[in-house]
Amino acid sequence: MTVVIDRTKGPKPGSDPEKGGAGPVSVAAAARQKAATGEGSLYKPRTQIYPKRVKGQWRWIKWVLLIATLAVYYITPWLRWDRPGILPDQAVLVDFDHARFYFFFIQLWPQEVYFITGLLVMAALVLFLVTAVFGRLWCGYACPQTVWTDLFMAVERWFEGDRNARMKLDAAPWSFDKAWRKIGKHAVWLGIAFGTGGAWIFYFHDAPDLIRTFWTGDAPLTSYISCAILTFTTYSFAGMMREQVCTYMCPWPRIQGAMLDKDSLQVTYRYDRGEPRGPHKKTESWEGRGDCIDCNQCVVVCPMGIDIREGAQLECINCGLCIDACNEIMDRVERPRNLIAYDTDFAVAKRSTGGKAVYRLVRSRTIFYAVALAVVSSVMIWGLSQRSEVEAHVLRDRNPTFVRMKDGSVRDGYTLKIANRAFEDRDFTVTIDGLPQARLRTPGAPEGPLVVHVKADEVRAVRVFVSAPPEVLTASSMPLRFRIASPDARTDVQTVFLSGVANAR
Amino acid sequence: MSGHKPEKDAITGVDTTGHEWDGIRELDNPLPRWWLWVFYASIIIAIIYWVLMPAWPGISGYTRGVLGASDRANVAAAMDDLHRQRGKGAQVLKTASLEEIERDPDLQAYALAVGQSVFGDNCATCHGAGGAGGKGYPNLRDDIWIWGGTLDDIHHTLTVGVRSDDPQTRLSQMPAFGRDGLLNPEQVNDLTDYVVSISGRKADPAAVARAAPLFAEQCASCHGPTGKGDPKVGAPDLTDNDWLYGAEPADIAGQITNGRGGVMPAWGPRLSPETIKALAVYIHANAGGQDK
Repeated sequence: MTVVIDRTKGPKPGSDPEKGGAGPVSVAAAARQKAATGEGSLYKPRTQIYPKRVKGQWRWIKWVLLIATLAVYYITPWLRWDRPGILPDQAVLVDFDHARFYFFFIQLWPQEVYFITGLLVMAALVLFLVTAVFGRLWCGYACPQTVWTDLFMAVERWFEGDRNARMKLDAAPWSFDKAWRKIGKHAVWLGIAFGTGGAWIFYFHDAPDLIRTFWTGDAPLTSYISCAILTFTTYSFAGMMREQVCTYMCPWPRIQGAMLDKDSLQVTYRYDRGEPRGPHKKTESWEGRGDCIDCNQCVVVCPMGIDIREGAQLECINCGLCIDACNEIMDRVERPRNLIAYDTDFAVAKRSTGGKAVYRLVRSRTIFYAVALAVVSSVMIWGLSQRSEVEAHVLRDRNPTFVRMKDGSVRDGYTLKIANRAFEDRDFTVTIDGLPQARLRTPGAPEGPLVVHVKADEVRAVRVFVSAPPEVLTASSMPLRFRIASPDARTDVQTVFLSGVANAR
Repeated sequence: MSGHKPEKDAITGVDTTGHEWDGIRELDNPLPRWWLWVFYASIIIAIIYWVLMPAWPGISGYTRGVLGASDRANVAAAMDDLHRQRGKGAQVLKTASLEEIERDPDLQAYALAVGQSVFGDNCATCHGAGGAGGKGYPNLRDDIWIWGGTLDDIHHTLTVGVRSDDPQTRLSQMPAFGRDGLLNPEQVNDLTDYVVSISGRKADPAAVARAAPLFAEQCASCHGPTGKGDPKVGAPDLTDNDWLYGAEPADIAGQITNGRGGVMPAWGPRLSPETIKALAVYIHANAGGQDK
């Protein structure tokens, strides 16, 4: 069972940290406190969070991932991939104008959008699997909200200093020093936000072309609008709203409650080791007390403003910064590291009752996710490998369904749509099968083998007529197959030949 | 809210609305602030919209908005745009011959698209949306043509019409043999048997024999000595078992008696030459087609 903090319990009387002055409290606790006592506003006030800088292993991993994910985002649209003819040479391109999606060697048409669906299903399953095993790693390390917020906080720290300096600056009256720091911060934020929106639009148009036309005013309107929207959302989400996006706007924290169980690795305060907590003097013994010295470092570094010692919480994004902060303190007081660590509720509970910690990463839930992922991936790979470069559809005329000709034969009309997904023009020979003595022809062409020229990467619709003499018509509806073949690609398409034999005679 | 003292929920410290169901009380939690902002913004946008765009109905009109937006004007602009777009294809249609249009895949696709929409607007009323016709209205999808089925024949028929008010109109007139007393009812019945027999169906041999000289005398001048008809004068083929006014002997007798003939308007004065060309290609391409 996931331990979710119980919001229905009010703060214990007498433990009011605001009045007691027992050092920093988590922002979440402070907000709850205020809501419990406050008569004033109808709204839960946002309490500004001033996360303290932290150094350590997990912070280092977060920096690496931040650079890697931002690099992928900014560089991808500039990769080139040579394609023949007038086709775009951009490796990754969502070409709405021509209804094509390019991803390196893959080109998808709108009617193949199920590949995208499959990809999204795979992404969801990976997320489920990772969450079931390792908790909300996505939230803590890779989510754009986390990555950009981290980047914006770094900028903020660069202009305004660390936690204490920022708190002092915000409390201070306006001055030149405060003004330039604030203006500088917001200017750089807006610059980054604009860069974010600016990079996004390159995924939808030829990047080298767009970067020029964007400034000359010749770019499509959608580019300007998308850029403006993303500039606004990046600036407001990563700069202003931050943890509120995760707590109030994002549905994922709620969904992940269902993914986690007592065997999921999450950032955990090992209360079995930490309690009872309390301040500790250097000369005092560690006998009879926990390792937690109540220094609140885990609270002040938390970007979500929570106290991890209250157990797993909705707000926690599993980023591990409190682990780094606590380890630093543990080193200083010469106690073992990892009082806060990636651990499971089950292991902590076991240890607290004197048992041995058991980790069960392989369990029915993770096996199910892994199998589902394997199945979906296999189907996707199979589908991609089976993807044909020619696809045909046939639409049988419904009005009239058939026509009787002068010589007594019956003729049906069809519209044949041939999609040539290859990057070069192709001549497709169309033949029919299943109806002996039937003749196939298209308007404007003499009788004989029907050859349809389809340009590279296009669909062509041709009107075709099939006529059959009355003696071969044994049923009012007979199966008919069109065979569409070029030297290196072929496909069949099934339809019926209607003749209403009875009234044709 | 005045006078009402909200009761506080003991556990959360949040006011309650006073509503209670089976001991469960509704908390008066505030709406999310962002939601409220969106709500207020929507109201402001609505007011701006009322000022800028046509919005409020009045007794004799409506508020027009300061931007002067009008759906009617938008439709007019869209129509102009359409005509401009068509203009390009129409230029090619003007100069290309009918055969060229039908043979070139791109031109043909364009002509079929134009033809289909024009057919739906102008021709489908009588000939049906699919062109299969009906009693009294020829089927345009088969290879049986009263006035000829080549591209040029179709194009000419479209331009001048049939029994229309155009001076060049296609004109043929089947006499009302029975109604006008040219033949007596027995002769009409004999001729009916004769026509049924030449279309390959069973008929009374005695009546056929009686009617043979009558057919040569009255009908062969237009329908030909063997009844094969002649598209040059618009005389239908009587041997192909395709009947414009019905296949039953009674239908045939009725046609001999009353000599009906349908009217098709001349489209030359109504549609542009390019449109008629596109229509001719559309009809020819979808028909059984007579190439020569």
